[in-house]
Amino acid sequence: MANTIRVRAVANGDSIEVQSLIQHPMDSGFVKDKKGNLIPPHYIEVVTFEHAGKVVFSAFWGPAVSKDPYLKFTFKGGKKGDPLKISWIDNEGQKDSLDGKIL
Amino acid sequence: MIRKLLAAFAVLCAGAIVSAHAADKIDPAADLKAFQAYFKQQFPAVPLDDFVNGPYAVNKGMRAQWESIMQFPPYDFALDAGKTLFNTPFKNGKTYASCFPHKGVGIRQDYPQFDAKTGEVVTLELAINRCRAANGEASLNYETGPMDSIVAYMAETSRGKRFDIKVPKDPRALAAYQNGKQYFYSRRGQLNFSCASCHVTAAGKRMRGDILAPALGILASFPIYRSDWGSMGTVPRRFTSCNSQVRAVALKPDDKAYRDLEYFLTYMGNGLPVAGPGTRP
Amino acid sequence: MSEQMAAPRPVNAERRLILKSLTVVGITSFGLTGGSAWSAFADDAPTWPHDAFKQKSLDAALKALYGKGFEPSDKVALDVPEIAENGAVVPVAVTASLPGVTSVAILIPANPFTLAAYYKVPVGTDASVSCRLKMAKTSTVIAVAEAGGKLYGASKDVKVTLGGCGG
Repeated sequence: MANTIRVRAVANGDSIEVQSLIQHPMDSGFVKDKKGNLIPPHYIEVVTFEHAGKVVFSAFWGPAVSKDPYLKFTFKGGKKGDPLKISWIDNEGQKDSLDGKIL
Repeated sequence: MIRKLLAAFAVLCAGAIVSAHAADKIDPAADLKAFQAYFKQQFPAVPLDDFVNGPYAVNKGMRAQWESIMQFPPYDFALDAGKTLFNTPFKNGKTYASCFPHKGVGIRQDYPQFDAKTGEVVTLELAINRCRAANGEASLNYETGPMDSIVAYMAETSRGKRFDIKVPKDPRALAAYQNGKQYFYSRRGQLNFSCASCHVTAAGKRMRGDILAPALGILASFPIYRSDWGSMGTVPRRFTSCNSQVRAVALKPDDKAYRDLEYFLTYMGNGLPVAGPGTRP
Repeated sequence: MSEQMAAPRPVNAERRLILKSLTVVGITSFGLTGGSAWSAFADDAPTWPHDAFKQKSLDAALKALYGKGFEPSDKVALDVPEIAENGAVVPVAVTASLPGVTSVAILIPANPFTLAAYYKVPVGTDASVSCRLKMAKTSTVIAVAEAGGKLYGASKDVKVTLGGCGG
């Protein structure tokens, strides 16, 4: 399965702006399919970003987060070339992670 | 009284038809000039190239949301999938590159085009399926799925290039162009709208929560990731859904009428840059 | 608690029970100590605030998440469109220019569940986040930032209408 996580982490001095896009249906559980049946809720609950062994950001999401969710935040103390790990887990226990790099 | 009016109207129409036939000249170049001039006059503050951004060219609030979303476009996944699909060989070992000029890279601005051999308009989607058929592969769905990813990739390789649709002096090409033009201006469906009703007469205005895109360059950003769909879609997808939305019977996505419409509409946007893939509400 | 991030649990109900009991403990300890609801847990265990995400009103969601209400502050900047181009994808950006922000939350009272998203901001990370949220209908959007044990917030109205293209 192709990785579901895209990340663009750009260093501006030691300030790192991180943008991520994750491929995920983020089904709220309120939408019906063509047959009229409710599509069960299926959404990412937690996303964590780790740099140098420390969690630099964590997101806790509910079904109101849009499909193919996007996130942008900035942290300090990184530099170009550093690894950045992104992991997520959803309400069904599915997960994925990406070992990214700061550009 | 009504009979009198109807009679007068009939005479007017007849006159128009007679004079049209008397002129008997399909003039795409003149149409293009008039079309682009109309929109420049309607939206003097919009730079010509910006029309490819549809509603975002004519509404500030929408534009701000679009710019925010374009920081990391949701079509990113389809683009990557498309690149892989485009470069994956068929069962016989050949690839899409063998079917297209320049190996299929940077050619999106030339579609749709008139095929003199078959006498029909070939859209990029049709060209892709023809390529597949020629290499023993099954057709792809025209509206969504792998097709939109492949078209997304091919469009991306042309981003910024100017549309250059050709309507040769072949009577069949001129007829197809004219067919598309007539479709564009003809009312249809329970709501009795023509494409022009929304995208010419009401361009830039609201239809409930939506801002209507001007028809000029309206296809330039395809294929699009529509928030409404939560997925990518091609021009045929938009045509079929638009037909359904005015309560008209949607045609098959590769119907001649749609291809002729796309021919006319894309030609009207000649000179504008390829802006696909794109995002829309 | 760290097991929440480990192998997927086969039974969702079991997981929810554990999360629920942890949340209850968290709120209780908050009531006693007056500190952050999360101080009871190890910092590296991102426990999903199950109870807070279940709430259907602003007060209930804030109570479940923070145990307190917020005071309006112009130091919390909330960037949302006036009219959403599509309720399915509404870009929301929050920036809190306050020292010591530890978390940011976004709440949408007219949604079926009020709490949309919650972000933990460790030391060294800016109190600023951009995301895309779903809005069921026209609603106030509220952003809150927790700093120094207090909650500061800002709210803005976002209109969500039916698309004209119907369908």
